[in-house]
Amino acid sequence: VKFLDEYRNANAVRSVIKTIEQTVTRPWTLMEICGGQTHSIIRYGLDQLLPNDIALIHGPGCPVCVTPIEVIDRALLLASRDDVILASYGDMLRVPGSAVCHQNSTLPRDLFDVKSRGGDVRSVYSPLDAVALAREHPNKTVVFFAIGFETTAPANGMAVLQAAREKLDNFCVLASHVTVPPAICAMMESPDCRINGFLAAGHVCAIMGVSEYHALAKRYQIPIVVTGFEPLDLVYGILKCVQQLETGQYCVENAYRRTVNDAGNVTAQDVIQKVFEVCDRNWRGIGFIPNSGYRLSDNYAPFDAERRFADVMPDITEDTHICCSGAVLQGQIKPDDCPAFGNPCTPLTPLGATMVSSEGACAAYYKYGRVTA
Amino acid sequence: MMCLGIPGKLEKVEHLPNGQHMGDVSFGGVMRRVCLDLVPDVVVGQYVLVHVGFALSCLDAAEAEETLALLKEMEAVFEGEDGP
Repeated sequence: VKFLDEYRNANAVRSVIKTIEQTVTRPWTLMEICGGQTHSIIRYGLDQLLPNDIALIHGPGCPVCVTPIEVIDRALLLASRDDVILASYGDMLRVPGSAVCHQNSTLPRDLFDVKSRGGDVRSVYSPLDAVALAREHPNKTVVFFAIGFETTAPANGMAVLQAAREKLDNFCVLASHVTVPPAICAMMESPDCRINGFLAAGHVCAIMGVSEYHALAKRYQIPIVVTGFEPLDLVYGILKCVQQLETGQYCVENAYRRTVNDAGNVTAQDVIQKVFEVCDRNWRGIGFIPNSGYRLSDNYAPFDAERRFADVMPDITEDTHICCSGAVLQGQIKPDDCPAFGNPCTPLTPLGATMVSSEGACAAYYKYGRVTA
Repeated sequence: MMCLGIPGKLEKVEHLPNGQHMGDVSFGGVMRRVCLDLVPDVVVGQYVLVHVGFALSCLDAAEAEETLALLKEMEAVFEGEDGP
């Protein structure tokens, strides 16, 4: 397949790694932001092919993983109602709510559990599938569980615009959107920060462009390299980052030019601006980050499930303490350092969302049998 | 699946009565219906990056060639040093 096969060419990957070997003179710690990048790195064993001086730590760019537990509880509560069809990306169905921490909880464990108790939960591939459900079921309220980073926000926003255009007033979204730049600030300002350079999430930048990263590179004096998802993209991004570090530079560089142009997708940015407004967000495992997400703007309030069901929404709850997903999400520990990793926490019986999502670092380590000594 | 996007070739464009701009995209021969509303300037034959049923970006073939040429040079440096 064009634009894919050439970026999985083993010889090309090897020669980039050799160039990295020749460039590096001392240890550097890089963080790949996006969970999709983490999966590629572990799947192809790229971290093991790199020189020992390069440490990769896995970032918080997994929307399933950082969706706060109280929002999961809200989804569980809404999905349990007879008058609701809850439509969600499939990854969310197994993410545990607060029932995992409280033995006597009356809440279902996860959305699968709701389904097994008779709730109408649908897994959708696209937000437009959720709009179609609203069209087909005029007597039910369809709640679309709209999570995601900047990559997904425009698609979810388009679903709201489409529902508005068709006057589908039985459609609403439970929005839990998060954004990358505030998370970079939060990590850089953490006293435990070990990060020397970032591989920025290519598909987030395909939407937002690169402009907002210049100020971050300057403020924290750190290289930020926009990076793709294929093995060759990843090692190329790492090389660019290491070249900057070794020469004392810190700027924004685009190593994923075939997909990302500097301005991003202006049409998609307009959709975000129209449908959403910036809000504070609580990130599961990480905590509160100011101005780090989107909620529906007042103009689209009728489509906001939080406002429509305001009287039945549960409050903030405490998360489980055994699971170390917060430290994993901040790159402070590797997934298999967690005492629950593999037992009792597995993709089938996850304690934390990082074990659920196809982008979660714990799920990647489990799936590819990666256990560090 | 969340932030993953896969490249595919736009084969056909259609404007639906509900105002949507849809297209058939081929992923190595497997066809999928994709919403094109976020890439209004796309034309048949272009490669697009698809995420949750939406085309998000048109792939730039010239930029791709340039990067690959650069990487080829890197490969040439090491050619013959040791086998693959």
